[in-house]
Amino acid sequence: MIRFPTRPFVGPLAALGFAGLAVMAPAPLRAADATVVKIDNFTFTPAALTVKPGTTVTFENDDDIPHLVVANDGSFRSKALDTGDTYAFTFTKAGDFAYYCGLHPHMQGKITVAP
Amino acid sequence: MTHHHHDDDREGEGISRRHALECMIWAGTGVLWTLSGGVPVSLNLLGAAQAAEAMTTGFTFLQISDSHIGFDKAANPHAIDTLKEAMGKIQALPQKPAFMIHTGDITHLSKAAQFDNAAQIIGGAGFDVHYVPGEHDVIDDDNGKAYLDRYGKGTKGAGWYSFDQNGVHFVALVNVVNLKAGGLGNLGPEQLAWLADDLKAVSASTPIVVFAHIPLWAIYPEWGWGTDDAAQALGLLKGFGSVTVLNGHIHQIMQKVEGNVTFHTARSTAFPQPAPGTAASPGPMTVPAGQLRGLLGTSSVAVKQGGQELAIIDSTLA
Repeated sequence: MIRFPTRPFVGPLAALGFAGLAVMAPAPLRAADATVVKIDNFTFTPAALTVKPGTTVTFENDDDIPHLVVANDGSFRSKALDTGDTYAFTFTKAGDFAYYCGLHPHMQGKITVAP
Repeated sequence: MTHHHHDDDREGEGISRRHALECMIWAGTGVLWTLSGGVPVSLNLLGAAQAAEAMTTGFTFLQISDSHIGFDKAANPHAIDTLKEAMGKIQALPQKPAFMIHTGDITHLSKAAQFDNAAQIIGGAGFDVHYVPGEHDVIDDDNGKAYLDRYGKGTKGAGWYSFDQNGVHFVALVNVVNLKAGGLGNLGPEQLAWLADDLKAVSASTPIVVFAHIPLWAIYPEWGWGTDDAAQALGLLKGFGSVTVLNGHIHQIMQKVEGNVTFHTARSTAFPQPAPGTAASPGPMTVPAGQLRGLLGTSSVAVKQGGQELAIIDSTLA
């Protein structure tokens, strides 16, 4: 598990990741293994995300209220994320990982890890 | 603690009282609600003189909520200052409240400095304060230890407790821990069992005030504004003649009278939130600077000696 406590580090990483996917999709770029779930207006976006094993998913809180990312099965749990804070988790095992906000449990999302 | 056993007559007494009962809520707008045959009816404006009478014949206690110390975003960059203003207004009240309750979200992020600042400002007024945690008060690294270290003395579980004052039984509930995926506020079986046991020693004629952070009625589940197992708690309160439920969390006034129970939510001292469904999310609502203090405030509850009805008077910081 890797945690990025501050926001500035993640912006460029995410940008690189998307650029790598869009422009040089055939090339096996390591940056393409990172992806972002945004938290905005009490919603995880995208709410459902499919990634390959080994992908690091970064959750970024863009709300003026803290949120807290918790796996339904307890396999991961962030600290309280204040505005702009991020939490990164690397998914190594295949499967469906449903998660919710520990503060506002009506907020839900799912990461599907598939080869 | 004064408790009286009247289990035998609870049912009959509760029902007869319910029929005779008039539950009054006096909101900032001056609406008097009365309960007639189970249907809440808005009667007329309650004059300042009647409010003053209610204030002087019994005792009052003061509710503050959602002070969110540490919040510094656009909706109110100075949440610490508006809490100070609220406490200043409370100290200036002509009739001093007997005590205060704080219905949670004392802090924004459960940080030690935020708890310290809140304690200094709220405690500086010199009132006894009975707290319950909001979800923002239990997000320290130890999942609530920071709150319990400060306010957990003499409480059970995640911080619930009860006490008696001037013939009223007060119950402080915690519905912000062990929240379940897809769910709302949560009391949990352990707390419900404690509540059932606690109420056994209370007579049906004793007015009961229940306070907790998240509303105990389904105001807007789409935004999480409700408590999953509240119906079980309310079921335990059915036999009592007068039950008043005070909550925070939604940063605005909502009220409802249902049977023997009066529900009321208080304003925040930090920032307003939108009315249910009127915005993309329940996040902090930024209003023009001149309007902010009209949307923040506190609630005063007057208990008439020997009477069943509690008058709730909401005041803004404007």
